[in-house]
Parts: sequence; C-alpha cells; structure tokens
Amino acid sequence: MSGTVEILLSLLVLAGAGFTFIGSLGLVRLRDFYTRLHGPTKATTLGVGCLLIASSLFFSLTTENISLHEILVTLFLFITAPISAHLLAKAALHRRLPSVAPLPVDAAADGEPGAGIDRLQDLR
Amino acid sequence: MKRWLPHPLLTPVLAIVWLLLNNSLALGQILLGLLLGWAIPCFTLAFWPERVRFYSPRAALRFAAVFLYDVVIANIAVARLILAGPRVLRPCFVNVPLDLTDDLAISLLANTICLTPGTVSARLSADRRTLLVHALDCADPEALVAEIKQRFEVPLKEMLEC
Amino acid sequence: MLTFSLSLAFALVAAAFALSFYRLLAGPSAPDRILALDTLYINAIALLVLLGIGLASPIYFEAALLIALMGFVGTVALCKFLLRGDIIE
Repeated sequence: MSGTVEILLSLLVLAGAGFTFIGSLGLVRLRDFYTRLHGPTKATTLGVGCLLIASSLFFSLTTENISLHEILVTLFLFITAPISAHLLAKAALHRRLPSVAPLPVDAAADGEPGAGIDRLQDLR
Repeated sequence: MKRWLPHPLLTPVLAIVWLLLNNSLALGQILLGLLLGWAIPCFTLAFWPERVRFYSPRAALRFAAVFLYDVVIANIAVARLILAGPRVLRPCFVNVPLDLTDDLAISLLANTICLTPGTVSARLSADRRTLLVHALDCADPEALVAEIKQRFEVPLKEMLEC
Repeated sequence: MLTFSLSLAFALVAAAFALSFYRLLAGPSAPDRILALDTLYINAIALLVLLGIGLASPIYFEAALLIALMGFVGTVALCKFLLRGDIIE
C-alpha cells in the first residue's frame, strides 16, 4: 500500500469512528427523546458508511479481488435506519413522551384522520 | 410478459444483490443470481401485486445524486448541532402537506426526510395527506416545508407518478 | 499510520458503546431504551468492520451483515410491541 492510500484509509476510518461516536454522544447529551433520535439515525449511518467504504477500499487493495460486498451493508443500513427511526418516533408519539418542542395536538390518536395542528385549523 | 416477469426491475436488483453477497463475478454466479431474481418475484407475487414503474429514469438518477449529497451535508450539520449542545437547538414539529398519492413515493419521501436535512418523519396521517415531521433545529417551519416539497417531493412525483 | 488511526477509531467506537449503554440503563422511557439498543447494534457493526480491517480478515463481514439484519428486525418488533401491545397480529 502506498502512502497516499494509507492516509486516505486512515481519514475514512477516523471520520467513520468519529461520526459513530458523535451519534452516540447525541444519544446521551440531548434533552428529549425526539431530539435524541436524530443522532443515531443520521450521524451513525454516515459513520458506518465511511467505515464500510474504508473496508471495501482496504480489501480491494490488499487482495487481488475487488471487494464490493460492503456496499450491501451500507445499502441495507440506508434503507432500514429511517424505518426504525420513523417507527420509534411513532411509538414515542403514541406514548406522548415529553418533548422540548410542543407536541402536535392529537398525537396519541392513532388512526384518526388528520394529524394535529392542521386539522384544528381546518375545523376553524 | 406480465405473468412470466412480474417485476422487471426486481430481477436485476436481486441478481446484483446476489453477486454482491457472493463477492464474485463468475458466470455461474451471474446465472444463479438471474435465476433467483426471476424465481423470487414469481413466488412472492401475492405480497406485492402492483408493479413498480419509473416514469423518468433521468429524474431518478438526479434524485439519487441530490440525495447522496444531502446525506453527507445533513450528517455534518447534525454532528455539529450535537457538538454544540442542547441549548442552541430549536426543535419543532411541522406538518408537511403531501401531494404524492403513490404508496412507494410516500415511503421514499419519508425515508429521504429521515436521512437528510436534520428531520425525522414521525407519522403519516390516516388519510395520507400530511406527514408529521420533527426537525432538530428549525428557525422557520414554512421554509422547511417549502424546501422539503421543492427538493424531494417534486422529483419524486416526476419520477414515480408522472 | 493506519495502525495508529485504527487504535484511535477503536477507542472512539468503544466510547460510543459506553455512551449508548448508559442510555440503555438510564432510560428514562421504553423508546429511549429501544433507541439505545438500535444504536448498540450499529456500533457493533462499526466495531466488526474495524476489526475486519485491523486483522485483514474478511470473515467479520458476514457477522456485520447478520447483526444489521437482526438488529433491524428486533427494533421493528419492539416498536410494534409499543405501538400495539402485541407483535403478531
């Protein structure tokens, strides 16, 4: 491996680990559940994405074969992370967890037509 | 055609996933991947009867490019907000009225919102007309709605609903 | 160079583990704990990928893929349970 490649790999690995760390830091540092949700879904996804790109590069360069199967994990995480975030937000709204931002009005009413604030404005 | 190849887009996607999973480009694996890509949609047809159609592949490519760029930008922004601490955040819930009607388009929009500009989609109303979105740091809800609609919804509409 | 940055990355991911674990124990609500568990899954993927690079062995990839799959299914099942009070309808 040449020096440039090694520097690039190091940068990718460090950026990936850094983003993963910041995502978990958000989990501890922020105040309510809804803001905490942002850290792990975003920062962590990009963090693992960076690490997987680094892994793909590393194995493509050190062995003879091109290694692309890391793309699969990245793709899978990019598809699933928003779904789990969406479900978690929905569950939190369902339980009316306390929030820094004002909660929408009929947040707990699952399956009711019209969500929250807009509906009230329509009725007026 | 419809009976023998129920999801024409799914076959190459599954074949590519198979090749990635095996990490090889051997002829045998390509054939096996194509066979699986043909057989799996045939057997699972009952679970998703309607076909996915892209009306404009160019819009899809453009959307993918915008999406990837936005993911990186949004991630850096969110990382910076987390490091700045909870005091500077202005979280809020925003209702985004939807123009999309197609199920796939709505779920793609919800996923895109979750991954991109400091927002998480929280709930779709039962009549599928509004999407409740939680923003991490939002000074102007109107502008956020306008940005989501213009940046993601318009290309998705062009792409999937013509 | 790579060895050094790998050790630093290991330290960062381990710290991320500790932080998520704190949230898992502290709660305060059930969705918080599920979110912490989900983050732990993703951290485990990161750790396995790092381990794969560090030991130059592609075996860990399969484990990472499996954790990604199982983690997603677990999170969805737990969320469904919170939403409906029941998993299989």
